[in-house]
Amino acid sequence: MTSQNIVQFDGPTILKAENVAVYYGDKQVLRDVMLSVPTHKITALIGPSGSGKSTLLRCFNRMNDLIRGARVEGQVTYHDQDLYDPEVDPVEVRRRIGMVFQKPNPFPKSIYENITWGARINGYRGTMDELVERSLRRAALWDEVKDRLHENALSLSGGQQQRLCIARAIAIEPEVILMDEPASALDPIATLKIEELMHELKENYTILIVTHNMQQAARVSDYTAMMMLTEDRNSATVIEFGKTQAIFTHPRDRRTEDYITGRIG
Amino acid sequence: MSLRDAAFESMLQRRQLRGMIFEAIAFLAILIGLLTLALLFYDIITSGVERLSWDFLTSFPSRRASRAGILSALAGSVFLVSLMSIFAFPIGIGAAIYLEEYAPRGWLTDLIQVNIANLAGVPSIIYGLLGLGIFARLAEPITGGRTLLAGALTMALLVMPVVIIAAREAIRSVPSEIRLAALGLGATRWQMIRGHVLPYALPGILTGTILAISRALGETAPLITLGALTYVPFVPDGLRSQFTVLPIQIFNWVTRPQEAFHTNAAAAIIVLLAILLSMNALAIYLRYRFEKRLMK
Amino acid sequence: MATRSAERVITGDEAVRAALRRKAGRNIPELIIRWILLACSLISILTTVGIVGVLVFESAAFFSEVPLGDFLLDTQWTPLFADKRFGIWPLVVGTLMTSTIAIAVALPLGLLSAIYLSEYASPRLRSTIKPILEVLAGIPTVVYGFFALLFVTPLLERVIPNLATFNAISPGIVMGIMILPMVASLSEDALHAVPVGLRYGAFALGGTKFEVSTRIVVPAALSGIAASFILAISRAVGETMIVAIAAGQRPVLTFDPREPIQTMTAYIVQVSLGDVPAGSLAYRTIFAVAMLLFLMTLVLNIASYFIVRRFREVYE
Repeated sequence: MTSQNIVQFDGPTILKAENVAVYYGDKQVLRDVMLSVPTHKITALIGPSGSGKSTLLRCFNRMNDLIRGARVEGQVTYHDQDLYDPEVDPVEVRRRIGMVFQKPNPFPKSIYENITWGARINGYRGTMDELVERSLRRAALWDEVKDRLHENALSLSGGQQQRLCIARAIAIEPEVILMDEPASALDPIATLKIEELMHELKENYTILIVTHNMQQAARVSDYTAMMMLTEDRNSATVIEFGKTQAIFTHPRDRRTEDYITGRIG
Repeated sequence: MSLRDAAFESMLQRRQLRGMIFEAIAFLAILIGLLTLALLFYDIITSGVERLSWDFLTSFPSRRASRAGILSALAGSVFLVSLMSIFAFPIGIGAAIYLEEYAPRGWLTDLIQVNIANLAGVPSIIYGLLGLGIFARLAEPITGGRTLLAGALTMALLVMPVVIIAAREAIRSVPSEIRLAALGLGATRWQMIRGHVLPYALPGILTGTILAISRALGETAPLITLGALTYVPFVPDGLRSQFTVLPIQIFNWVTRPQEAFHTNAAAAIIVLLAILLSMNALAIYLRYRFEKRLMK
Repeated sequence: MATRSAERVITGDEAVRAALRRKAGRNIPELIIRWILLACSLISILTTVGIVGVLVFESAAFFSEVPLGDFLLDTQWTPLFADKRFGIWPLVVGTLMTSTIAIAVALPLGLLSAIYLSEYASPRLRSTIKPILEVLAGIPTVVYGFFALLFVTPLLERVIPNLATFNAISPGIVMGIMILPMVASLSEDALHAVPVGLRYGAFALGGTKFEVSTRIVVPAALSGIAASFILAISRAVGETMIVAIAAGQRPVLTFDPREPIQTMTAYIVQVSLGDVPAGSLAYRTIFAVAMLLFLMTLVLNIASYFIVRRFREVYE
C-alpha cells in the first residue's frame, strides 16, 4: 500500500495501530491501518466522510465492541499492551483512554453529578468538591457554572455541554482523550473555545481528534493522519501521516493534496 | 370538455358523500364504545351507591345481605397484590434488563421473546390451574395449600409478561448516547445500568408496574381455580392464611339469586373501580411526566 | 489517583499493562449480576414449562381412563353426573358461539374506531379518546359479567323473544365490547406505522380521504390488523368471568344463542367452585379441557406474534 507516506514518529508513542482491519458483519470498513499516536501531542484524523475516521478512533478504546457484528483484526497497542488481548478488560481501557463524542451527551443529572459519577465508580477517594472545581477549571467552564453546579446539565448551552463532557472525561484522569468531531455540532465561538481548551490540555494528555474540518486540523493538531477510501472504494485506510505542517504544505500523496486543496470533498 | 367536467363533478360529489357517510359510521363505532362505558358506569352507580357506607367497607361478609361488607375482601386484595409485587417486580424488571441490555442474539433470546409474547396471551384461568398444580399442591409443604402465598405467586407469574413488556419499552427509550457516555468513562455494564439507564427509565417502568397491579386487582378466574374461599369472615393474618379478594366477593354476590346481594355486588364494584381508576390516573400522570422529560 | 506528571516514563509501563489485565478480580460481581438477570428471564420459560407440565400430567391421567376418541367424538358432556359422558363438543361449541358473537361486535367496531382515530380524529380528540378506551380495557371482567347478566340481558329480553336468563348473546356482545379497545389500539398502531408518503402519494392522485384510508392505508396495514384480530379471537376464547356469570352452566350441544350454554372456561370455574376431590376423574376433566384451551390460544398467539414481527421488518 502507500506505507512509504507514513512517516514513522521517532519520539514516545502511546497508542499504535498495526495492520488494523475492521469489519461490520461481512463488510470490511478499514484495512491495513498503520498509525502511531505521539505522546502529549494532538493528532488529527482527517479525510472525507465515510473514510472510517470514527471507526478507527473507536478501536482505541474498544467502543467498537458495543456495535453488534463489529470485528477488529490486527494489533492495537497501548503502552505496548495489545488492547484486544482476551486478558484485557475493556472497562479498564476506557478508564484510561477517555472519549468525547460528536454530539454533547451529558447525563440528564446535575453538573456536579456529571463530574463526580465517573470518579465515584472508579473508586476516587479525594474530596469531590475539589475534583469538580479542578476538572471544570481545566475544561475552562468553572467561571460560567460555579454558581449553578446543582442545576441540570441539560440547561447548559451546546458548547458548555461539550466542555462539561470534556471536564467529565478528565475528572477520571485518563492518559489519552479521544475526540470524535467534538465541535461539529457547535457554533464558531463555542468551537473556538474548545480548540483553545485542547491546546491547554495537551500538556497533560494525549489527544486524538477526528475532524472533517481541515482548518481545524491545521489550527489545533501537531500531527495529522489522512484517511481515504482505497482504490476499490470498499474500505478505507490511513494513506499519509506526518507533522501537520508538513502534510498541509507538502503532502506526499496525490490524494491528500487533492483533498486539502478541495478537489475531493 | 365541459360535459366531461360535469360528469367528473357529479362523480366527485358522490365520492365525497360516500366519504362523509363512512366518517360518520366510523365515529359512531367509537361512540358505541364510549356509550357502553357510560352506560356501564351509570348502571353500576345507580344500582350500588345506596349501599355504600362506612359499615359496608368495614364489615365481614354475612349471609344477610344488609349486614354484609367487604372488609376481608378488601384486605385480601391489598395483601395479595402487595405480596405479588414483591415477587413479580424485581424478577420482571430483571428479565427486561437482561433482554434489553445483555441478551446476545441467538436462539435462546428468540425463545424467551416468543415465550413472553405467548405467556401474555395465555388465558388467566390457565394460570390458575398452574397455581393449583404447582403452588397449592406440589409446594403445599411450603405454601400451606390454597393460601395467600400460593395466590400471590400465581398472580406474580400472571402479571410478569405485562411487567416485562412495559419495562423493556421504558428501557429501550433511554437514548443510546447516555449509555455510550457512561461506558466511555470506564463504567461496567451494570454501573451504567444502575447509574443511568434505570433512573431514566424509572417512570416508564413504574407505569408498567401500576398496570400490572391493576390487572391483578381485577383478576378473578385464576383465584377461583386456585380455590380462594368465597366465604372468609376474617382478615388474612399471615402468608399461609386463607383469603378472598374483591373480585371473588363480587362474583359470589352476582351469582346469588337475591336482588339485595346484587346491590352489594354493585357497591363492591364501585369500590373496585374507584381503586382502579385512581391507579389509571396515576399511570397516565406518570407517563405524561415521562414524555415531557423525553422532549428535552 | 495521582496527578499525572509529564516526566513519567510511559512507553512499556508494566504497571499500566498489568492494570489493564486486572479483569478477573473486578468482573466477578458483573458476572453474578448477569447470571441473576438471565435467571429472571428464564423464569418465563419455567412458567411455560410449568403450565405444560401440569396440563400434560393431569390430562395424561385423564386420558388413561377416558379414550381420546370419546373426548373428541362424543357429543355429550356429563362428567359430573352418574351417567358420565366425556364428549368435548358441547363446551367447544359454547365457546365458539360466544366468541363468534364477541368477534362480530369487536372486529368491525374496533377497526372502524382505529381508522377514525388514526386517519380522521384531530390530535386533541385522539388524546382524549385513547385514555378512555384504555379505561374500557382495564375494567375487570367480573364487572362486565355483572353488566351482561343484570343490564344487557334484561335489555335484550325486551327485543328478543324466548331469550333465556342465561344465554350466549348477552355475554357475547359484552365480551365484544371488552375486546374492542384491544382491537382498536393494536390496529391503530398498525395504521400509524404506514409511511406518510404513501398517503401523500394517493392524495396527489386525487383520492378522497375515504379512498386513501380504505384502499391504501388499510391494505398496507393489513398484517398488523390481522394480528390484532387473531389476538382478539384468542382473548375471546380464553375469557372466563363474563361467560361464567351470564352464559349459564348447561353443556348441551346447541347452536341457538338464546339458550343457556357452557363454555370451556365456565366449566373449569364450575368444577373449581364445587367440592370435587383432587385426583378424581371429574377433577382431571378440567385439566383436559384446559389443555385444549391452551393449545387453541397457543396457536393463535404464536401466529399473531410472527405476523407482527414480519410486518415490523417490512417498515424498518
